[in-house]
Amino acid sequence: MHTLELTVNNHPGVMSHVCGLFARRAFNVEGILCMPVGDGRQSRIWLRVNEDARLEQMIKQLQKLEDLLAVQQHGADHEVFVGLEEFFQAS
Amino acid sequence: MNRMTGAQLIIALLERQGIRTVAGIPGGACLPLYDALSQSRLIRHVLARHEQGAGFIAQGMARATGQPAVCLATSGPGATNILTAIADAKLDSIPVVCITGQVPTALIGTDAFQEVDTYGMSIPITKHNFLVRSATELLEVVPDAFRIATSGRPGPVLIDVPKDVQTQTVEFADWPAPGQADAPPPPDQTAIERAAAMINAAQRPVLYLGGGVIQSNAATLATQLAEKAGLPTTMTLMALGAMPADHELSLGMPGMHAARFTNLALEEGDLLIAIGARFDDRVTGKVAQFCPHAQIIHVDIDPSELDKIKTAHIGIVADAGEALAALLPLVEANQRREWRARIAELKRRHPLNMTGSAYDVIAAVAKLAGKDALIATDVGQHQMWVAQVYPFQKPRQWFTSGGLGTMGFGLPTAIGAALARPERMVVCFSGDGSLLMNIQELATAAEQGVNVKIILMNNNALGMIRQHQTMFYERRIFCADYETRVDFLKIAEGFGVPGFELADLETALAHEGPSLIHAPIDATEHVVPIVPGGAANKDMIGGEIHAHA
Repeated sequence: MHTLELTVNNHPGVMSHVCGLFARRAFNVEGILCMPVGDGRQSRIWLRVNEDARLEQMIKQLQKLEDLLAVQQHGADHEVFVGLEEFFQAS
Repeated sequence: MNRMTGAQLIIALLERQGIRTVAGIPGGACLPLYDALSQSRLIRHVLARHEQGAGFIAQGMARATGQPAVCLATSGPGATNILTAIADAKLDSIPVVCITGQVPTALIGTDAFQEVDTYGMSIPITKHNFLVRSATELLEVVPDAFRIATSGRPGPVLIDVPKDVQTQTVEFADWPAPGQADAPPPPDQTAIERAAAMINAAQRPVLYLGGGVIQSNAATLATQLAEKAGLPTTMTLMALGAMPADHELSLGMPGMHAARFTNLALEEGDLLIAIGARFDDRVTGKVAQFCPHAQIIHVDIDPSELDKIKTAHIGIVADAGEALAALLPLVEANQRREWRARIAELKRRHPLNMTGSAYDVIAAVAKLAGKDALIATDVGQHQMWVAQVYPFQKPRQWFTSGGLGTMGFGLPTAIGAALARPERMVVCFSGDGSLLMNIQELATAAEQGVNVKIILMNNNALGMIRQHQTMFYERRIFCADYETRVDFLKIAEGFGVPGFELADLETALAHEGPSLIHAPIDATEHVVPIVPGGAANKDMIGGEIHAHA
């Protein structure tokens, strides 16, 4: 697992661009979190993705998105998803 | 203070962008835009007969000039109809700006009349897209659309404009600057030096040119590099014309329908210099066995193309022309007599077998049409036959649907090219299957009086399907032969386009305005050689000269 931190312009449609990109290039996203940041003109998207040979290609494809401002890579144990585990228990 | 409606603002911004011809079809949701367009003294509107035709007319203008072109459609079915042409532009990196009308903002999401989610549907097939939420936004969106369409690797941009945004009044002080392409990143000089050293050290290098060379107007530089360093040169479907077809260094098109000598030369190469090419599956065949002995230098403006299919020994993110200009002074003059003698031997022993009625038709057309004619095709057997043998001389002489392979591309694209280059004859090679997919544009061709000559290679079949069923499905021909025969000469006459039999080719080409030339082809003729899907390029089937001796 791998965690990606994206900074994007916040407008309707950005989530579609990001999620659609992963879907159409057959790259699985295991988890996703998105909230506006600062004055709301930008959003942060956190993605939990599989670590595989195509990750580098996916990051290059993300960087071509017009509304993507920055992308950072973190390890699987990044705390952003850790605190959420209690909301994702099987019933 | 400037004061106008959103629709008037769009038209004014297009005028300021230098747009002089647009293609489209009006509809309810873009009527304000058309009303504003009717008042423009600078922009001529070409009324297509189907929105897909409008999209391809824009593509023809863009492909012929290298400049962005504009097409218009209404919401709902207008938008869905035009999307195929937009997807085609995406795969071939063509700068097109498509403006669609949308239902009023307040009705979005209510399943209103002629409402579809154009924005959502166009995400995966555009370089970028916009849904405009206020008329003020147009001041940024329209120039941005042109900047994005033309920057780096070009591509289509779609702007979806709700009807109320078109009628909304906007006030602004200053006009925005027209959108222009961003400057490409300069090539990494260290990487260029290493690439030049690799070229200088190579024994059997092959230059592999793709559509990026055409896009960046770098064909002359590419030919200079090939001549200086003695590089046999293969051009992809998108790059035909970058080097004259009869140039001694030209190897023609690589891959699935290459001449045998082309694939065999690639097989023996020790260095592959890929410029503005993307290692498409129709070029590489089985990737693991493509150029098995070669190191790879890969230059592309799109970083995501480097290492996508093949890992390059040197990858350079740069404009093709800038990279070639940087390489040229560092590459040593070298005639490479031994390698070129080997290439000459391959050409002698494994030439393209040009027997068959299809090749005869193409040769006859090429002879009469002359070197200045622009050539468009549809998709299928005729497309590959033309790509194999037409004597292309110059870049932007050739327009074909490479990536998407859209049947129906040819006629409207030829019309667009003829509108952009009225001084040139545009020959459109088509098949009966392809022509029927956008045959309504004969009406547009007649109305515009464009100099488009359609060479209809008619085998009353979906020839490429028939060929694959014959070769790979044990001759079970299914849904590939048409049971009825269309009288295309009568159809053309009905649209106001004179039709001629092949025997009258010379008269037909000399005829002013559009004409259709009917060339019957035997449905059993195949495009050979052919590399079966998934096979390595060395495993070509058919086309040996001795097999026909």
